[in-house]
Amino acid sequence: MSSAEETLPKTNTATAKTSSKPGRRKPKLPLPNWRGSVAVLGFFLLWELLVRLEVSGFAQIPSPLTVVKVLFSTYIVDPDYWISWITSFQRVLYGFVLAQLLGIPLGLLLGTRKTFNYLFYPVIELLRPIPPLAWVPLSILFWPTAELSIVFITFIGAFFIIVINVHDAVRDIHKEHLWLAQSLGASRGQIFRRIIVPSVIPSIAVGMTLGIAVTWNVVIAAEMIAADSGLGRLTWEGYVSHTGPVVIIGMISIGIAGYLSTLIVDRVEKRMMPWRTSH
Amino acid sequence: MTTGVHPIASTAPENVDTGDLAPRPGFGKLTLRNVGKIYDPEGAAVVAASDCSIDIAAGDFLAIVGPSGCGKSTLMNIIAGFDTLTSGEILLDDAPLATLERAPRPGSDRVVVFQNGALFPWKSVLENVMYGPLVQNALDRAGAEEKALDLLRRCGGLDRVAASYPAQLSSGMQRRVEIVRALMNDPKVLLLDEPFRAMDTVSKTTMHEHLLQMYRVCRKTIIFITHDLEEAIFLADRVVVMTSRPGTIKTMLDVTLPRPRTAGLLISNEFRELKAQLSTAVHEEAKRAFERGEKEQA
Repeated sequence: MSSAEETLPKTNTATAKTSSKPGRRKPKLPLPNWRGSVAVLGFFLLWELLVRLEVSGFAQIPSPLTVVKVLFSTYIVDPDYWISWITSFQRVLYGFVLAQLLGIPLGLLLGTRKTFNYLFYPVIELLRPIPPLAWVPLSILFWPTAELSIVFITFIGAFFIIVINVHDAVRDIHKEHLWLAQSLGASRGQIFRRIIVPSVIPSIAVGMTLGIAVTWNVVIAAEMIAADSGLGRLTWEGYVSHTGPVVIIGMISIGIAGYLSTLIVDRVEKRMMPWRTSH
Repeated sequence: MTTGVHPIASTAPENVDTGDLAPRPGFGKLTLRNVGKIYDPEGAAVVAASDCSIDIAAGDFLAIVGPSGCGKSTLMNIIAGFDTLTSGEILLDDAPLATLERAPRPGSDRVVVFQNGALFPWKSVLENVMYGPLVQNALDRAGAEEKALDLLRRCGGLDRVAASYPAQLSSGMQRRVEIVRALMNDPKVLLLDEPFRAMDTVSKTTMHEHLLQMYRVCRKTIIFITHDLEEAIFLADRVVVMTSRPGTIKTMLDVTLPRPRTAGLLISNEFRELKAQLSTAVHEEAKRAFERGEKEQA
């Protein structure tokens, strides 16, 4: 140990840091899947064909060509259409983020504090099985504005998922990790911050992935029922006003919005777990 | 392995210290006096360990072998402070460590390496090794980093993987890092609970030589739990054979093989002689446990 200073290879550590820096690989592009492309093309052709042949049930369904026409001629240049996007995204964002901000600490408390668990876990278990949409009427009665009630319902959609995931994760922490941290001299606070919190991060990620999907489900349904704006409302208005293309445009928009949100959440998760990106 | 070439010479980097065994440290004398442990969660008393007495001199390498459930890990957990004893006492450097009145607490003077590994997956190798001194406020970041890198380097050139996360390393490498993390705290006693259990024979042999090298460089009192007799003889100064239910000490065997020990030793007559002695003792015990197991099931 005495010869540490002169023999410590500084360059060695520098190279070790850059060369084995985890999680910096070129993204692999997927190989072109021609069978898949043919299938997708076939799907739209079949749809177009069914509409043109006026097969029963397709009478009121617009053809894909009509949808594309309407989308590009009116919707893509209509600011109201984009406002619907922003409105729905905001509701998802508020509900989802609020669910994480409240749910993660609550899950940690439930997992680490016995008394707290005994007191509040039964309440969670009682409310958890109620589907988020069942909260709609009560929510409208309770909150002063429709906006707040929709955000609340969206919040409910992600909240219980994250609470349960974090709670279970705390209970599944390897006892060896806790023991070892104690042996190495960590205080209770240090064990909480440096061992328990990082241990549950993978489960937080799972809860977020599940939560964002549920959140979009919930926000669309809630908008159809209770809002006068958003992508869900857009779709519903298309139905009410018998404008088939709008219904389809709404559906596609919601699909894309959900997909984008998942991508964002994936990115956030990767940042939360740099040690997981490398294998 | 049978070529007679010292494998360390081929696998370890040049800057590795391969000198003689470090002198006996001034601390780490461990005394177990009639230690016993009875688990009694629901009134049905289970004797996990009973009347175990062992004296371990500072800097000695002790191996404990025995069938599964013989209380090896119980003893280790008591020494580490994860469990309490229900009879007897344990002294560390002649001061009471665990007694009936005084429950032992986990401390950085007795660090365990577990069989399934317990590196923190969210920390890099370097951060894992630095963890102890940092949480104890024993060193500042720069000091801890310097010490960690130096120790990693001297323990078989592990500083090469300092920036990697545990999941990027082989299990053998992970276990070596874990031992370094323990050594980083200058423990009085190093407790190894079947650390190489899940490894194949070839990796195990390499690991043994790495461990012996670490022992040579940073000599500590080591308690090594295993059920692999060859491993026990190859590594230890003394092998304790435990019986199961209740876990008591059946016999002790002094291993007189000279150090430094190399893989070539495994085929020497002396080694085989020791293994034969130990096998007889363990075999009797295993047979007894097996027969009792059958009776219990009948």
